[in-house]
Amino acid sequence: MLLAALYIAQEQYGWLSPEAIRRVADRLNLTEGQVRSTASFYTLFELEPQGKYRIQVCEGLSCYLVGGAEPMIDFIVKRLKIKPGETTPDGKITLEVVQCLAACDLAPAIKVNDELYGQMTPEKIDALLKELTQLPNVERGG
Amino acid sequence: MPELKNVADLARLHATTQQAREARRTACPTIYVGTGTCGLAAGAGEVAQAIRQELSARQIEAEVLGVGCIGMCVKEPLVDIQLPGRPRVTYANVKPDMIPRLIEEHLMNGQIIPKWAMGQLPADGAPPETQVGEPGLPSYAELPFYRKQVRIALKNCGMINPESIDEYIAADGYQALGKALSGMSPDEVVDEMKESGLRGRGGAGFLTGIKWEFCRRARGTPKYVICNADEGDPGAFMDRSVLEGDPHSVIEGMTIAAYAIGAQEGYIYCRAEYPLAIARLKKAIAQAHVHGLLGENILGSGFSFELHIKEGAGAFVCGEETALIASIEGKRGEPRPRPPFPAVSGLWGKPSNVNNVKSYGMTPQIILNGADWFSRIGTSGSPGTAVFALTGKIKNTGLIEVPMGITLREIIYDVGGGTPRNKHFKAVQTGGPLGGCLPASALDTPVDFDSLTEADATMGSGGMIVVDQDTCMVEFAKYFLTFASAESCGKCVPCRIGGQRMLETLTCISEGRGTPEDLDGIEYISRNMKEGSLCALGQLTPGPVMSSLRFFRQEYEAHIQDEFCPAGVCKGLFSYEIIEANCPGCGLCLKACPDGAISGEKKKPHVIDHLKCIQCGECYRVCNLGAIEVIPLKKKEIPA
Repeated sequence: MLLAALYIAQEQYGWLSPEAIRRVADRLNLTEGQVRSTASFYTLFELEPQGKYRIQVCEGLSCYLVGGAEPMIDFIVKRLKIKPGETTPDGKITLEVVQCLAACDLAPAIKVNDELYGQMTPEKIDALLKELTQLPNVERGG
Repeated sequence: MPELKNVADLARLHATTQQAREARRTACPTIYVGTGTCGLAAGAGEVAQAIRQELSARQIEAEVLGVGCIGMCVKEPLVDIQLPGRPRVTYANVKPDMIPRLIEEHLMNGQIIPKWAMGQLPADGAPPETQVGEPGLPSYAELPFYRKQVRIALKNCGMINPESIDEYIAADGYQALGKALSGMSPDEVVDEMKESGLRGRGGAGFLTGIKWEFCRRARGTPKYVICNADEGDPGAFMDRSVLEGDPHSVIEGMTIAAYAIGAQEGYIYCRAEYPLAIARLKKAIAQAHVHGLLGENILGSGFSFELHIKEGAGAFVCGEETALIASIEGKRGEPRPRPPFPAVSGLWGKPSNVNNVKSYGMTPQIILNGADWFSRIGTSGSPGTAVFALTGKIKNTGLIEVPMGITLREIIYDVGGGTPRNKHFKAVQTGGPLGGCLPASALDTPVDFDSLTEADATMGSGGMIVVDQDTCMVEFAKYFLTFASAESCGKCVPCRIGGQRMLETLTCISEGRGTPEDLDGIEYISRNMKEGSLCALGQLTPGPVMSSLRFFRQEYEAHIQDEFCPAGVCKGLFSYEIIEANCPGCGLCLKACPDGAISGEKKKPHVIDHLKCIQCGECYRVCNLGAIEVIPLKKKEIPA
């Protein structure tokens, strides 16, 4: 129950804000501590505000072997002027470095929200970033 | 009321779906598009769109089917065209702009385009006599990638539309469930599984039938069946492909298991990173409900079974069964000591049977074809087939299924096509971050549970990562260790602290600050982690380090004693030098060098200025003649 509730709360708030945690705890009759303890255990629950678009760069082994992760991260860091784990000041894009996306067959791979992009090159990333920065930035609740 | 009330209804549906399929295949051409995650990411969505557009523009009637991954992920997007009465022809790396020509020449005029075609398959459902082989085009059975494969878990992957229960039923789906429910007692199902010798495909290799028997005999109700789909190993995507390509096989396998152990409820715990797999599972479960193959009184047998999906939330350790169970219960996914095993006390303290996706996926065919059939494939100790995700420095990355007992050499060279760019094979890692690596001298090791364990690697869940001469084994081991120690849940000390300490030591070695005592230290920590950790994550974390230390000790020693990284990976521990005799002076390296460290006249051997070189490796990558070699670091001499 708790994990499903946390997913719903995260969907609504964009992240697990203190208020979201409080509401989940109230609803399931748990303490805030219990909810926070579980939420912090899993990497897919965000305890910090997130950008509208989350770019996840895979540093898994297959991506690493084809020389993928590091140059891609450097490229994005330079372009967006944010470090991994940070969000652009306009709240639009969050950069994350993650472990295997299970797309080793398409290494190097990155993911933007739920969409997977394989066999990435600097040109492809460049085009993708251009597209993302031009998309409208709709404010999320919370 | 469900559509199927008894086994006779199922048999009728089986016949009608087959007839309907045959009628469709003979009435109009069929186009298959690979729409697994690999296909979609390579652009299968746009390709399918282009096909539909072209068909409607030309007003051609054809059936366009999305199918799962057939394994050749490197050649995606794959499009198969099958004309009535002719075989199915596969085209590789299809781009939207190729579609008009494919439709015109192949679909309309019946002319295969040889330079784009990869191979041919017999048409499914068509009577054998109508299968006219296309001359000059290899059949799948002749393609090196498929020749040595035997597909059981992947039987339907890439062959049927995973979103259609009718196609699954036409391909003999749910026949095993019908057979079990109508003609076998639960004990007979357990016995059949025991006789088949199927060992758990999650990696540990415990006998599935014995596990089911434990759970069947355990006291307490209700009982649960759980499918472990929390595939998290770097380099592994077997379970994803099965769930995306053939979700009904897993559902059918779980239902048979539930019948055998006496469970009425089941859970599929799938990692949230697999949205397509989850979507297809949900759809498949809903279809099975409508047909009465899940729910109350299945096929009139009195047996009822409900199946739920639980999404993980990004914790590798949840692939461990007790952690997985804690996570289903909504807790932190921390393992607990065993015994009691889940078969006795699992989900909510009740007897629970946990198996991997592939184990359930193989179950229907074992029941349908019999234990004898299954145990004749593979070796006597490890019957059946093994599914591997081939990745890394290998030509044919993709998904394969091979009979147990095949050698590593056959997998890597015959199926995988060997290492690309004429580089030397160096090692193969099986079992992911908790497995081990094997060197070239072990290439003739047969692939089965016992032989791999004996050779110091493990079978694992099915990740197989190949590395070549340009991979530093210290760095390679460090990668796995970084992964495993980051994923340690922190509950037990050996795993939490041991992994960190070992990682610090390996970092020192890879930076040239190691001492000979470090290797003893690693061995000491490793022993203690193995013996003292609570679950398999901690016990097996030292595996990659220990196996690479065993087989590539000289490489560790070079880092420590000579401050030299022979593979040319660890920054600051090597230089590049041009071998005069091999250098024709083509100038490629000179152009590639970002720091102007290479000089030389055209058509004369070039030289590297070690004062300027930053070891970025660009010259090494561009040189196709092997004229640049990795040598120990030249100490930069400061000019007086």
